[in-house]
Amino acid sequence: MSFEKHILICGGTGCLSSNSAEIAESMKAALKEKGLEKKVQVVLTGCFGFCEKGPIVKIMPENTFYVEVKASDAAQIVEEDIIKGNKIEKLLYIDPKTNKTVHEGEKMEFYQKQQRIALRNCGMIDPECIEEAIGANVYMALGKALHEMTPETVVNEIKLSGLRGRGGGGFPTGMKWGFAAKNHADQKYVVCNADEGDPGAFMDRSILEGDPHSIVEAMAICGYAIGASIGLVYIRAEYPLAIKRLEGAIHSAREHGLLGKKILGSKFSFDIEIKYGAGAFVCGEETALIHSMEGDRGEPTSKPPFPAEAGFWGKPTNVNNVETFANIGAILLKGGEWFKKIGTEKSSGTKVFALAGKINNVGLVEVPMGTTLREVIFEIGGGIKNGKKFKAVQTGGPSGGCLTEADLDTPIDFDNLILKGSMMGSGGMIVLDEDNCMPAIAKFYLEFTVDESCGKCTPCRVGNKRLYEILEKVTSGKATMEDLTTLRTLGETIKDTSLCGLGQTAPNPILSTVTKFWDEYVAHIKDKKCPAGVCTALLQYTISPEKCIGCTACARVCPTKAIEGKVKEKHIIIQEKCIKCGACMSACKFGAITRG
Amino acid sequence: MACNNCKGNATQKELFDKLGAFIDALPTKEGALITVLHKAQGIFGYLPREVQEYIACKLEISLAKVFGVVTFYTYFTMTPKGKYPISVCMGTACYVRGSEAVLEDFKRELGIGVGETSADGMFSIDALRCVGACGLAPVVLVGEKVYGKDAAKKVKEIIAEYKKLG
Repeated sequence: MSFEKHILICGGTGCLSSNSAEIAESMKAALKEKGLEKKVQVVLTGCFGFCEKGPIVKIMPENTFYVEVKASDAAQIVEEDIIKGNKIEKLLYIDPKTNKTVHEGEKMEFYQKQQRIALRNCGMIDPECIEEAIGANVYMALGKALHEMTPETVVNEIKLSGLRGRGGGGFPTGMKWGFAAKNHADQKYVVCNADEGDPGAFMDRSILEGDPHSIVEAMAICGYAIGASIGLVYIRAEYPLAIKRLEGAIHSAREHGLLGKKILGSKFSFDIEIKYGAGAFVCGEETALIHSMEGDRGEPTSKPPFPAEAGFWGKPTNVNNVETFANIGAILLKGGEWFKKIGTEKSSGTKVFALAGKINNVGLVEVPMGTTLREVIFEIGGGIKNGKKFKAVQTGGPSGGCLTEADLDTPIDFDNLILKGSMMGSGGMIVLDEDNCMPAIAKFYLEFTVDESCGKCTPCRVGNKRLYEILEKVTSGKATMEDLTTLRTLGETIKDTSLCGLGQTAPNPILSTVTKFWDEYVAHIKDKKCPAGVCTALLQYTISPEKCIGCTACARVCPTKAIEGKVKEKHIIIQEKCIKCGACMSACKFGAITRG
Repeated sequence: MACNNCKGNATQKELFDKLGAFIDALPTKEGALITVLHKAQGIFGYLPREVQEYIACKLEISLAKVFGVVTFYTYFTMTPKGKYPISVCMGTACYVRGSEAVLEDFKRELGIGVGETSADGMFSIDALRCVGACGLAPVVLVGEKVYGKDAAKKVKEIIAEYKKLG
């Protein structure tokens, strides 16, 4: 029996947080009431990517795209759309440029410049159903590899594709596989790094939640290529939904003979085990990750030996990140040559970015390498929120840097971003507007790395702490110009002398902002002012006696009782008591309170 | 090896037995420490010294090693969480949309710091690194309930909601 229509409801973490599971239940109930439960299927899919307008509901085959749907809309969707075939205007997306409604996702500016390879099945299939995955060609590449290709030709195909590691390093994946394949041992391991630690990046989680079978397939292909029979997924314990779906996928793959002994009638055997991370950013580094999987503190060790020679329990190990694996199936099916044509010469394929911050369309976007920052931010991202001015975009998370207006036309690829003083990283892209203070942003990232430093090597453990202290002085107006010089020299020293990638990149957010926003740092030091109005130590709230009518609204909301004044009399702020929370300014209806 | 660290009451003994059974059923004890700690935190809610001693004893490793691993990872905690654990997302997307102010408000309203639990055991505050719901930034979690955007900023109302539940 087949269904006539499908209602696809986003079941990614973002939309589930907005109760999309409840929408699915209401939808099923509404269908049942109309006796349509056997004709219309309700599917909770993976992430559609357009998180800003979530929860998203898509009606197939009409391809109608509804945004910001509530459970209470379910009855109307069934009644009006499913039964009568009318579009529900109030749930359609309104293009902010034309002010007209858009019926189909593909016609929205958000999706037009995207090309989905890694996310090809996210939002299309039920991630908890292996039949749907197989229907979407997952496991076809595994069959092709086992029956039509040798391990060497698989490695060569990946080499030909030019795929580079999507976790941050950008190392050529085919070469990595080649190294692990060459090293002989009685046991080898394939590891999938799903310990997404960059705050603000959630692509790996979305892939695991939306298309777990593609990862299972790709790990098995990698196992075949390098001669490993055991796969391990190292995943954050904080990702319960991704873990649940991955466990389910592994289980049903075993039941279908796609994992286990003699897969698809070949001589190849492979199985996957899940290892839980416990929250340590440094475990993104392969050697640290391996130590953590062995049950130890996740401290990195110097390379060589590389994991390809001596990794998990001293055996050859190949570590790739989730998004890297998500490309493998598509490359084997369509060919390395096809993949190489997408993107730029040295960075082929696409990249998934988690677009967030002060941007209209927050979400998960996948674009061909070489797309410019301007296209991503102003076309796909729909520009800056509330008509504010663009200030910078931060890429590469705590290891990356800020790019400014002048860099907007840079085509995004691994090498260009490094040239411009930032890096690709795992794909976080945080947009900042005029209200964000750059020294404060640098301090935010550094606080993170100081917190996450494992403490093994001195430059990272001590050096970054000193940098953090200087930034605290800057943001509280106590720094000197000499401190700025120290920020630079110490930052460079830490980069040169740290043991692992975490320390070697930790000063990047400072170095890039000091260079590109020099004046803003100087304003904090010389004028004792925070131009963006963020650093509380440099702010003062005052009430204008001309505008204050004595309504007492400000005094009533002040959490520290710092505002004095009687009804219908001018109010004043006692600066010693003020904690600069800004509650009074939001409460004043007469614009009498100023911040400066 | 005998593990006689469990001197608590009957329910405590039950919990230790549960953990002991889990450890005994492991295919190998080698490299199992983090797996065991996850299980132990699931059972006890946190990892006090007695639990760490028990694990060290059962896995035949030093207490120092167990403590070293517990303190290395942010997921493991040595203090019990409140009845209503409050987690403020401090991922970058939430930070640039004002989560720091939200965190400060919770700290001030409850009079406790990050990683602490209120004296009545009702609330605890944690700073999280990205929940993955960046479209809802800033995000606050109370238990598993998600508060996003403007709802997250109404700190007093959120606290009052749970105080009413008791």
